[in-house]
Amino acid sequence: MSAYTHDLVIIGAGPAGMSAAVTARQQGLSVVVLDEQPRPGGQVYRDVTKASPAVARLLGPAYRYGNALARRYADSGAEVRPGSLVWDIAQDLTVTAQQANLSFSVRAPQLLIASGAMEHPSPLPGWTLPGVMNAGAAQIAMKTSASIPDGRAVLVGGGPLLLLVACQLLRAGGRIAGIVDTMPAGNRGAALPHLPAALGAPAMLAKGLGMLGTLWRAGVPVFRRAEDVRMEEADGSRRVGAVSFSSEGRRQRLDADVVLLHHGVVPNTQITRLLRVAHQWSDSQGCWHPAVDAWGETSLPGCRVAGDGAAIAGALAAEASGAIAALGAAVAVGRLETGKAATLAGPWRARLSRQSRIRPFLDALYRPPAWLIDCADDTLVCRCEEVTAGQVREMARLGCQGPNQTKFFSRCGMGPCQGRMCGLTVTQILARSVGRDPADVGAYRIRAPLKPVTLGSVAALAEPDRITLPPAG
Amino acid sequence: MFKPIDSRAARQLPTVAIHIDGRAVRVAAGQPLATALLAEDALPLRYTAVSGAPRAPLCLMGVCFECLVEVDGRRNVQSCMVEVREGMQVRRLNGAPRAGGMV
Repeated sequence: MSAYTHDLVIIGAGPAGMSAAVTARQQGLSVVVLDEQPRPGGQVYRDVTKASPAVARLLGPAYRYGNALARRYADSGAEVRPGSLVWDIAQDLTVTAQQANLSFSVRAPQLLIASGAMEHPSPLPGWTLPGVMNAGAAQIAMKTSASIPDGRAVLVGGGPLLLLVACQLLRAGGRIAGIVDTMPAGNRGAALPHLPAALGAPAMLAKGLGMLGTLWRAGVPVFRRAEDVRMEEADGSRRVGAVSFSSEGRRQRLDADVVLLHHGVVPNTQITRLLRVAHQWSDSQGCWHPAVDAWGETSLPGCRVAGDGAAIAGALAAEASGAIAALGAAVAVGRLETGKAATLAGPWRARLSRQSRIRPFLDALYRPPAWLIDCADDTLVCRCEEVTAGQVREMARLGCQGPNQTKFFSRCGMGPCQGRMCGLTVTQILARSVGRDPADVGAYRIRAPLKPVTLGSVAALAEPDRITLPPAG
Repeated sequence: MFKPIDSRAARQLPTVAIHIDGRAVRVAAGQPLATALLAEDALPLRYTAVSGAPRAPLCLMGVCFECLVEVDGRRNVQSCMVEVREGMQVRRLNGAPRAGGMV
């Protein structure tokens, strides 16, 4: 066990991580923030400190809001280590990361994981073709390089982010050839009972209706209740050329230069799985989330999770849960008394509950279609090792009980992405095949290194005093 | 496959020279390598080691590992996780390396 280097280690500089750093510093904690990106913001506020005024205007006020938070974060006095790839965390909360290809360790009695969300995988035939991307990727391109798809874009799936990206692309001068809406007919009925609660968040509902209005006024064709969606290669081009699908009983085909997929966002649980903390399965969102208490603490004492990495609730909620987790950490290290923490957390909890009101409605309305899991046997599920849904089902027939066994049978989940892209799909296909609950089937066991690192980088750990890290950002 | 939102504004931005499979191109500075490769239409970025299938970026946020390229002699670098630098040597990947050199 190594000595403590800080009071609090934070992983991730999105809204939750930045907010936690600001709050923890206000309580006098020494804080280090490890973030993979060169600049703060996470994905939602990606490059908000750098984006040109024109791009920031185009992305809208919810994006620009991140600038003020990033400024408070920069002024917070937290030690900031941008470009840091966390690749191992021990049970004693020693965090090992790599910056500039050299590994180093930090350790604190309190660890906050704010590693955010990722897009739900969309395993569809042809989804590995160049030109097929996640919808979030198109938004990241706008934020990081002020660029948009050249030519006709077709969006496939459903959810608030899909609508937002469509509207932002239109505003940026992009061409949208169509939206292939995969939400099943039953979703609306299932969402209806949650509408009264959602009416308690009128601004968010109005924003959603506003986006639908924008798309309607722009004349973007929307194909509802789409099924059997396939991406087709443009002859001999080695890239996507069209999307074909059935919509309301009719077969359709749309020419496309870029296809953008989206079936909601899910917590990125790679780090919490590495730490073996307790996770719960959410049936409505088709994903895992780490179990946390009211102060963000997991089943491992001292280890907290905040933001969309704990539960999908958006950037404003992430800012709140980050602050609450930091207050919990301040109490735990004896810098804040419990009563004071409860008072300080009050306004943040009020914001959390406001932001959460609309979630059951959105979860039901945009629940990914069951056919995404019951996909055709020839659909690639594990993109890295090129394992199909049919092979996963065959493994289940042969007696494979869980995702870790599929690794032995087929290398499924053992490629470069280490199961990030296929984990949820494999768990659900196995659950369906063996007639058990996904919670019983379980998830891939995640091990260090979380991302590939070189032996030279690891060797730097042996002589930590000789490392001169780049200056903290 | 990608283009600037505002090409006139883009022409005013500082650029760096990178080399894609030996071909020198000027790209906007301060962006991830992956978006520069998308703007240069340098697709596919690689052919898989399993079946030789063509691949290109999917997530642009470090999750999918589809955008792997060789950067300055280091293989399997996530091009969405490094920024373009002056003189950067980028090579697209063709399957797995074999004993005795590249395929």
